[in-house]
Amino acid sequence: MICGDSGTMSGTRRVYLDHAATTPTAPEVVEAMRPYFSERFGNPSSIYGIARESKAAVERARGQVARALNAGPDEIYLTSGGTEADNWAIKGVAFANRKRGDHIITTAIEHHAVLHTCRYLEHQGFRVTYLPVDAYGRVDPSKLADEITDRTLLVSIMTANNEIGTLEPIAACAGVCRERGVLFHTDAVQAVGSVPVDVEALGVDMLSLSAHKFYGPKGVGALYVRKGVRLDNLLHGGAQERGRRAGTENLPGIVGMGVAIERAEARREEYARRLTALRDRLYRGITERIDHVRLNGHPTERLPGNLNLSIQFIEGESMLLLLEQAGICASTGSACTSGSLDPSHVLLAIGLPHEVAHGSLRFTHGESNTESDVDHVLETLPPIVERLRAMSPLYATFRRSCNVQ
Amino acid sequence: MYSEKVMDHFMNPRNQGEIENPDGVAEVGNPKCGDIMKIFLRVKGDRIEDVKFQTFGCGAAVATSSMATELVKGKTLDEAWDLSNKAVAEALGGLPPVKMHCSVLAEEGIHKAINDYRVRHGLEPWKEKPGASHAHSDDTCEA
Repeated sequence: MICGDSGTMSGTRRVYLDHAATTPTAPEVVEAMRPYFSERFGNPSSIYGIARESKAAVERARGQVARALNAGPDEIYLTSGGTEADNWAIKGVAFANRKRGDHIITTAIEHHAVLHTCRYLEHQGFRVTYLPVDAYGRVDPSKLADEITDRTLLVSIMTANNEIGTLEPIAACAGVCRERGVLFHTDAVQAVGSVPVDVEALGVDMLSLSAHKFYGPKGVGALYVRKGVRLDNLLHGGAQERGRRAGTENLPGIVGMGVAIERAEARREEYARRLTALRDRLYRGITERIDHVRLNGHPTERLPGNLNLSIQFIEGESMLLLLEQAGICASTGSACTSGSLDPSHVLLAIGLPHEVAHGSLRFTHGESNTESDVDHVLETLPPIVERLRAMSPLYATFRRSCNVQ
Repeated sequence: MYSEKVMDHFMNPRNQGEIENPDGVAEVGNPKCGDIMKIFLRVKGDRIEDVKFQTFGCGAAVATSSMATELVKGKTLDEAWDLSNKAVAEALGGLPPVKMHCSVLAEEGIHKAINDYRVRHGLEPWKEKPGASHAHSDDTCEA
């Protein structure tokens, strides 16, 4: 995206490469939402005309979400986003099935919405196994099979990792669980709109998604729950969502999510092709211009738009600050941006040493990006790396050791 | 998230570089925490004639290194020893709470470089004041 005059020294050009964090709401999605703020504002639970219109709009959106996932509309529950969907799936199954078992299996690289929920359940007396991943961030379905016991209630494995973009073997893992009679949940927040997500083909029992990752609005998401799966409610109150999720519906948000998922599904193949080409151009360009760079995540089994790199001997936040000076928005797994002092748990789980994890950069491409955006990064990044390496005691030590040899 | 001063010292670091055959040198921090600072001193008489730094770390780590070196340059070793992490943070117009450990590292770097100079000259290393911010922070990320 170019804002203002990109030719001036002040460089107002903005290149947004953080689509894994959030995407802009598409204009046609905003248009579809607009009437549901002040004109068609009725509460879907009421009985008069504008309320019935609202109810119909919610059901239309539910149908759009269901079709995109190849699910039934009565298997879609609307939530406030991916975090609520993850919390609900995991706590809901754990508490509803307490008499049957006390064991949950997940992975070391899940989003905090899953990991912190699991940690909370450990305090409530559940046992949680955190499956390790290989150097690419992939879970081994046979290792999953080894960890399942007759006390296991639920397995939760993400469809695609938000940091390194690795796609997990979901169908294989769900198959293992089905065979053993264990429920399977997947956090598909990063995957929907980028890769095929079909609940029947994958064989999952529950699936979380979030609208703002596929050009829908923030604050709305959904949980798919296969018919017959027992889970406790997370939110108690009114009888919305067939008595399973209380709270007046986020009407404009839900309408927006419906339009956004239909739109994303219609564009998905072309979107993935375009993003893969941009991502590969960026990766090739960076490795041609900068040495001591490593790719994080799987080389091919990864999200189309995701490029995660570690640039050795320097730290991620300082790279981001300098990239921002050139209008480039990206992200890092360095501790320095997380508020804690440990780097990303995902980068540590794939075996990166701390200093390499601190030097990670994540570029996630999206609809608005062009080859010219990629080229802007390719012009901007090498001098930034050079500048920070010139300052780095790690690089100085490395250079000395090279000269000695 | 950062003050203008922090951004200025990050974008235009003062005293960045290396001193050949320094009179005192110290490396503090560790890769686990994501910050490493190396401080080089050139001492004439009892005065810090020149000081340089190399830093691996975030914007605050670079800015605190830059500010700390600027604050001790030209000072006597006694005066430089009194540099506190708070003074570095204040001179930068404040740091976000999660970044205060960077200023602690800068203070520690100056102290260790001074003591390296003292030891090289057959002097007793100065002791950290009790309760000094980095007295027990050798290998932990908790500042």
